[in-house]
Amino acid sequence: MGAEDITLSRRTALQGAGALVLGFLLPLKGVRAQGAARPMVTAPNAFLRIGADDSVTVLVKHIEFGQGPWTAAATIIAEELDADWAQMRAEHAPANVALYANTLMGIQATGGSSATAESYDQMRIVGAKARAMLVQAAANAWKVKPAEIRVEKGVISHAASKRQGRFGQFADAASKLPEPADVKLKDPAAFTLIGKDKSVARLDSAAKSTGKAIFTIDIHEPGMLTVVVAHPPRFGAKPASFDATDALKVKGVVAVKQIGSGFAVYAENMWAAIKGRNALKTVWDNSAAETRSSDQMFADYRALAAKPGRAVGTNKDAPEKPLPQGKLIEAEFLLPYLAHAPMEPLDGYMLWDGQTAKARFGSQLQTADQGAIGKVFGLPMEKVFIETMLAGGSFGRRAQTTAHFAVELAEVAKAIGPNKPVKLVWTREDDIKGGYYRPLFYHKFQGVVAGGKIAAWRNRVVGQSFMKGSPFESMMHDGVDPIVTEGADELLYAIGDFRCEFHYADSPITTLWWRSVGHTHTGYAVECFLDRLLQEAGQDPVQGRLALMAEKPRAAAVLKAVADLAGWKGSAAGNGRARGVAVCESFGSFVAQIAEVSIGDNEEPRVHKIWCAVDCGQTVNPDIVRAQMEGGIGYAVGHALYAEVPIVDGGAAIGNFDEYRSLRINEMPEVEVVIVPSSEKPTGVGEPGVPPTAPAIANALAHLGRERPSRLPIVRRV
Amino acid sequence: MAYQIKVNGTDHSVDADEDTPLLWVLRDWLHLTGTKFGCGIARCGACTVHMDGQPLRSCTLPISAVGTSEITTIEAVEGPEAKAVQDAWVAHDVPQCGYCQSGQVMSAVALLREVPKPNDRDIDLAMNGNICRCATYVRIRAAIHAASEKLGG
Ligand code: FES
Ligand code: FES
Repeated sequence: MGAEDITLSRRTALQGAGALVLGFLLPLKGVRAQGAARPMVTAPNAFLRIGADDSVTVLVKHIEFGQGPWTAAATIIAEELDADWAQMRAEHAPANVALYANTLMGIQATGGSSATAESYDQMRIVGAKARAMLVQAAANAWKVKPAEIRVEKGVISHAASKRQGRFGQFADAASKLPEPADVKLKDPAAFTLIGKDKSVARLDSAAKSTGKAIFTIDIHEPGMLTVVVAHPPRFGAKPASFDATDALKVKGVVAVKQIGSGFAVYAENMWAAIKGRNALKTVWDNSAAETRSSDQMFADYRALAAKPGRAVGTNKDAPEKPLPQGKLIEAEFLLPYLAHAPMEPLDGYMLWDGQTAKARFGSQLQTADQGAIGKVFGLPMEKVFIETMLAGGSFGRRAQTTAHFAVELAEVAKAIGPNKPVKLVWTREDDIKGGYYRPLFYHKFQGVVAGGKIAAWRNRVVGQSFMKGSPFESMMHDGVDPIVTEGADELLYAIGDFRCEFHYADSPITTLWWRSVGHTHTGYAVECFLDRLLQEAGQDPVQGRLALMAEKPRAAAVLKAVADLAGWKGSAAGNGRARGVAVCESFGSFVAQIAEVSIGDNEEPRVHKIWCAVDCGQTVNPDIVRAQMEGGIGYAVGHALYAEVPIVDGGAAIGNFDEYRSLRINEMPEVEVVIVPSSEKPTGVGEPGVPPTAPAIANALAHLGRERPSRLPIVRRV
Repeated sequence: MAYQIKVNGTDHSVDADEDTPLLWVLRDWLHLTGTKFGCGIARCGACTVHMDGQPLRSCTLPISAVGTSEITTIEAVEGPEAKAVQDAWVAHDVPQCGYCQSGQVMSAVALLREVPKPNDRDIDLAMNGNICRCATYVRIRAAIHAASEKLGG
């Protein structure tokens, strides 16, 4: 399989179900992640460490930043291994693409809500093989037949000879046995952990409730310098020159160096680094910098959307038809740049000794980061080591197509010279002003309603692609970045006269995937406009949708489930409240939500409750599914209501939580989740909770005498 | 200059500039890293500690203002409220990424010491200075109620 066969987005990659379909060029020339050629590793010795104390530690290839991959992997292994939950532990696997590649992407990577989806079969096989090897080791020791041995809750026993043992005593012998070629997996009907509510508890809750969990920012090593980098105020600007006279007068500041992304201030502690940066005089080369503001960009995008674009998705090859007779409805939606703002800003530790580079940070695309670090130091990949750390959230921010943070970290270490350990920390201002945003998007719609039905649908989308020109460009096909229009180019609804077109917009403002990626904007635009047309057609938001979903049974099922859960009787909820509906499919999972909303203090919408139905295939940990729906909904409510990074004169006009307003506990709605039972393959839950929330709120507002907001956030700063 | 401060029951002498926030003293001088940095402007609560038992954002309190006050961090918070809160956090699997949770726990413990049986509004008032970007708020609320019940409040 060559690069020309790699045509799939993360979404379609998941739906495709075949393993090893993605691969792409790494930034390091000559090192190519040959995803296609990589066999799935199922060797227990690569994934499990069984201690003499009977503890079973799973080396998890996915980064844990909240979505529960540690617990999920341990659950799957424990199920097939017949371990007792109390003996299970988890830690991050080292960066090693030969062992720990994502089976869908061909590199070591976490993303696209794929962690369980892509490793479910793999972890089952690993667990089953480990069980078989432990049984064989016990059989050898006891001189009995393996078939006569039982394993239950971590106890290995042989009834006839009344012998019993535990994993620890056979672990060493088992690890030296040949790996069984074939193992029989459990019948799902016999599962006691997978999909069973409350059968396991998260492995990381205690350490995270007591301050004991160690994150990158917590690293302190002897002789370590803490580094902050002065970044340009405008996107696309480059560092030109600096005067460090005053910065070096700050007690604790050790050095200032120019690197590719700015000027690095090295200090003995974080406070000195911050003060040193404040005192630094900088000059920027603005020749290639962005100069526009958000408003100007929206105006430019609107002008672009007036012209025909490239057709994608359903009917893309059919000639465009004139609009049919009927009532013409038009709408536009403007969606701002959004920062991910993970609670722990980006940070990393690096020790480079001239021969090897050892990095410790919340790496999400380990293979790409490894390649990028190697390139900076001129080291081959096998001399670059990454210890993946727990990270304080990501929401997409740590999965960098350009590995820009790994590059900055390596450049910081290189500029100060070998054998000087450094910890690079971004402040919140670096984070919010630092780009890699959910791109600003513009949607233009025309729809026709005739005879109580939706007779036509036209949608033009304008926005930036972060695939184009990146090392991930091989995920594009025929010049089309599927992420730009995913969710808009093919609807859950059968509308015969359908057309979706897009235009790329360009800007030096850096963009990236943001929790649920393209669905963050298409979910809003499509579900708002559909609801608007159904309203015009005089149809109920639930029944009207169901009538168009004949070919999408899983989408229809979650919609019915959420309507049941909420006791849906129409949009009016009484008491000054109204309800709105939305349904989205993303990352192979189906989620429907109903929001109950009123107008609260200062005319701000108040979201009281969200009901949520999800079908994510076979669930592994139902409580983690619920937690991800709760968290995804909260993330979506906060951004829909309050969040925007306004661009003024080519730079971010705000930089911290005083102005990048985050959802707080008093604004969090009540959430009720139902998981629709499914025996389909597991699909993602980290992102799919997000897309339906904002349109469900907007659709509720439409029944409170407000328009569906055409520009987000709903509560705009003035 | 050198400041004498009392943290978690121990006296420390810290040589730092007078404007150094307590947060960075805890983290970079004393290596008490349970207290987290999230914003540096008293808007997120990740850095919450107790000063003489009261919740405080350590990122904006300069070391020169600590004086003889006793500082308690997540590493040493204890007592029935702390135990009830941390047990409830685990029982409800509150944390996702976990990065905000030291601050959440410190705010929740202070609340329960003040108001043994908080209603939802009390929780809103005491906890709305603590941002959780993972939006674990539903479980934070449930865990505080559960902890309160456990304490017989
Ligand atoms: S770091 Fe102190 S409140 Fe955010
Ligand atoms: S658990 Fe991630 S920020 Fe709160």
